[in-house]
Amino acid sequence: MSVSLLLFVILALPFIGALIASGLPRHARTSAAILSWVIALVSLVCLAALWPRFQDGETLRHEIEWLPSLGINLVVRLDGLSWLFSCLILGIGALVVLYARYYMSPKDPVPRFFSFLLAFMGAMQGVVLAGNIIQLVVFWELTSLFSFLLIGYWHQNPSAREGSRMALTVTATGGLALLVSMILIGNIVGSYDLDVVLASRDLIQTSPMYTPALLLLLLGAFTKSAQFPFHFWLPRAMAAPTPVSAYLHSATMVKAGVFLLIRFWPVFAGTDIWYLLVGGAGLATLLIGAWCAIFQHDLKGLLAYSTISHLGLIVLLVGFGTPLALIAAIFHTVNHATFKASLFMAAGIIDHEAGTRDMRKLSGLFKFMPFTATLAMVAAAAMAGVPLLNGFLSKEMFLAEAVANSNANALSTALPFLATLASAFSVLYSLRFIHNTFFGPPPTELDRVPHEPPAWMRRPVEILVGLCLLVGVLPAITVGPFLRSAAVSVLGFELPYYSLALWHGFNLPLFLSLTALAGGVLLYVIFGKRINNNPRGAPWGWQKLNGGWMFERAMTGLAKGAAMLVRVFGTERLQPQLRGIVLVALLAGAVAGVSAGIGVLPMVAAPDLADLAFAGIWLVGAGCAVAAAWQAKYHRLAAVVLMGGAGLASCISFVWLSAPDLALTQLLVEVVTTVLLLLGLRWLPKRLETIPVPAGLERRSRLRRRVDLIIAGAVGLSLAVVAYAIMTRPAVEGISRFFVEHAYKDAGGRNIVNVILVDFRAFDTFGEITVLGIVGLTIFALLRRFRPASDSLPEPSQKRVQNKSDRDRDNRTEGDTLKETMLIPRVVMRWMFPFILLLAAHLFLRGHDLPGGGFAAGIAVAIAFVLQYMASGARWVEERLTIRPIVWIGLGLLISVASGVGAWVFGQPFLTTWFEYADLPILGRVPLASAVVFDLGVVVLVVGATVLMLVALAHQSLRKSRPQDEEGAQ
Amino acid sequence: MMELVLALAIGVLAASGVWLLLRPRTFQVIMGLALLSYAVNLFIVAMGRLRTGAPPVLKGDNIDPSHYTDPTPQALVLTAIVIGFALTALFLVVILAARGITGSDHVDGKEPEA
Repeated sequence: MSVSLLLFVILALPFIGALIASGLPRHARTSAAILSWVIALVSLVCLAALWPRFQDGETLRHEIEWLPSLGINLVVRLDGLSWLFSCLILGIGALVVLYARYYMSPKDPVPRFFSFLLAFMGAMQGVVLAGNIIQLVVFWELTSLFSFLLIGYWHQNPSAREGSRMALTVTATGGLALLVSMILIGNIVGSYDLDVVLASRDLIQTSPMYTPALLLLLLGAFTKSAQFPFHFWLPRAMAAPTPVSAYLHSATMVKAGVFLLIRFWPVFAGTDIWYLLVGGAGLATLLIGAWCAIFQHDLKGLLAYSTISHLGLIVLLVGFGTPLALIAAIFHTVNHATFKASLFMAAGIIDHEAGTRDMRKLSGLFKFMPFTATLAMVAAAAMAGVPLLNGFLSKEMFLAEAVANSNANALSTALPFLATLASAFSVLYSLRFIHNTFFGPPPTELDRVPHEPPAWMRRPVEILVGLCLLVGVLPAITVGPFLRSAAVSVLGFELPYYSLALWHGFNLPLFLSLTALAGGVLLYVIFGKRINNNPRGAPWGWQKLNGGWMFERAMTGLAKGAAMLVRVFGTERLQPQLRGIVLVALLAGAVAGVSAGIGVLPMVAAPDLADLAFAGIWLVGAGCAVAAAWQAKYHRLAAVVLMGGAGLASCISFVWLSAPDLALTQLLVEVVTTVLLLLGLRWLPKRLETIPVPAGLERRSRLRRRVDLIIAGAVGLSLAVVAYAIMTRPAVEGISRFFVEHAYKDAGGRNIVNVILVDFRAFDTFGEITVLGIVGLTIFALLRRFRPASDSLPEPSQKRVQNKSDRDRDNRTEGDTLKETMLIPRVVMRWMFPFILLLAAHLFLRGHDLPGGGFAAGIAVAIAFVLQYMASGARWVEERLTIRPIVWIGLGLLISVASGVGAWVFGQPFLTTWFEYADLPILGRVPLASAVVFDLGVVVLVVGATVLMLVALAHQSLRKSRPQDEEGAQ
Repeated sequence: MMELVLALAIGVLAASGVWLLLRPRTFQVIMGLALLSYAVNLFIVAMGRLRTGAPPVLKGDNIDPSHYTDPTPQALVLTAIVIGFALTALFLVVILAARGITGSDHVDGKEPEA
């Protein structure tokens, strides 16, 4: 198989598996496990197949275009470091899957568990295989997300919910910081490609943004790797099923932070601030984690704090900034993953078979489960750093580095001492773990008799413990090549001398190591009883400074603060909200205007007669607008008419200002809008000036009106100033030149506005008519369920007066007055119907070359229909004419889509138009453009939508008014 | 001069519109939106500068942009007019329905309390 295919497989396969597993039935425990196992193993084989390809330190890359315009591609990148981490993720993943098959209860939805687990595996693969730093952050956040789902897997359990939420909040926040850091790095370097970034050490370290980028990077790494003071989420995450703890919280996810630090070590390390922050956090975490681990009564709690402590050890090593320390860090990462995963699995077995993981209840289990006990003892010994096991080797390297770095400054002289102390603590809690659980009298407080687990549940532990031993005895030939390749990919080929061997002769690190072993045992002998009897398992001297408690406080504070902000600034009332929006917009405009300056130019030309006429039109138009605003409360009909006046003024302005298309459309739209508003007025209450206003309200509303008047005046004035300032400036060259020059040549149309709408920007128009259709359907749906307010139900007073006079006179029947009044308009309107349709056809056909077009034609047709409704009533029209507006809407959309899709047949993109001249009989030589078909779709849809709106509203008048309502109204 | 008149017209339309927008009755708000959209449409057209007697309809072989007014703002405003109509219609039906359900034509769906 090709390298790029293999690279793709090891990244994508877990995700594919997750998708498949999510579709399995709830009880398919075994098939989900087999699926996950096969996925992990196949990926592992593919990874192994890639090993020979980069022996000489090169990196393998496979690039997939993602967002090329932003310089972000999906790059799968494999080098020694990512190979080693990937191997851990897939290898331990496979073992965890096997273990989980026996650990998980058949009552739980196990396929979901495996689906999350596989997705998490894929996300981790994405982090270590990322060749683009933005892609790295994306997968980084994915690991947080799937870790959240896995910790909260037993969501019926409140502590699981809380723990998962806390883990997500902390790690995802770190992820956001990481994203900002990566963007900063991208800005410094000019590329998001990891290889480019890794080659830009000097550029990054001399940049003024180095410190912010580093701080944010560390925030991401420390939250993920549970470094002090962000360590508190890890013990809470122990509410997860144990396979999750073994996988995420010992071997993989918490190592992502370490991976990040190692990955960026070449460009970030070596500065004082790096040494101080990374080393400091590592040291603090190492000591605090170990101290807290000593006092835990919960097996998993002990292991969690011990994990924190070991992560601190690794971070401290990375913080030293020396190549040797980095090699030790990578080595300890691998070792820790093996022994800690096996310990978690052992703790899970104990929990599974004994029913508790509380060390106060456990005792003497060696007799009941000798195999498991032996395995756990070996793994714990590796954790304590006992010789012949892998933990001893890396701990010795650590102690050597602590000694080597002890003369950097005054503070670091304490390093060897503190390192030894932490190692002694490690021995102490390991010993306590073993002694309390497996030795002593038989347990008395258990509700069952513990026994060995199924053989296959123990197999993963056996494999991992075997590895601990193998690496511990023969490090150079087992882990040596992989470690070298990982180190080469970070440090380059000039590796410092290091020796992977069990025996280095009598030296200071060996002495410190032995001191720690002896000290740990001694401490347990002296303090063991008191620690075991410590009531709550709270570490001495550490109760007060609890990160989890501070986190809860911070979260509560945040929620309270948000609630307060809502109380102070929030309102459910629309008017203050709108006022706020207008004021903010006004303020933003004012700030921009004042800071940049408006610079209104003085008028140059003297007014001539045409200008005065224009001014006259607007004197009327503006008067209408103000009057409409004034009358809209009590005289609504007058307001509608006045608004039409303002609309007409702007319509005339369009004609004046060389915009015939706009004038035409505006005029037609004005007609339908007025009809619509008149139809709507029927169902709105009449407001009378005689309705008394409550005394308390009056003063308030008068004040409000004054404020609003000022706001409105300010908006109007500033808009006028801005408009004037722009209009008196020379125009800026925009995109219009293109449209003018290409309208006829490439689109065969002379009316540029129409060509823009149906050809150049046809896709926008397509979106617009879709919106129009949706609005039509929404109105139709809303009105189907429309229930008018009770005081609008009775017939309007005009109709009642008419009917009453008809009834009172002898030779008349009800409705006669209406018929007679409407007689002449009715005849006119009926006769106009064909002519309006003809006008619409004319507007449509000439639209491509002269003012007109689909929108105008469509609205004209709609007006023709609506006139008939107005003249003769809905019943009369519908007896003679069947209009199906909904069908028109669908048809219009289909025609437009078809005209666009037609381009595909000729191998052109969607909505590409074609035009040609044709000689038609009678009409002569006419241009034929496929855009006209699109415009036809526009016409049909506009007709459908407009008619649907108007007819749906007009139909409301066919409601039968009930007699009791009329009585009520009279 | 024409610029000044149009600028003032835009200002008056916008002021009337905003005033109505801030009123408590739904009908006033819908009228306000309509007036405001007149102002905005004129404003957008004005962005292409004012030209008289130069409609963007090609005459003969003359494709020199300086002979025509700017067509782009016109295309934008044409769609804005149609969408504005749809918006008015939808808003009208929503306020009718709201009035039917709440029995009040106040924008908050309930009469203010003293």
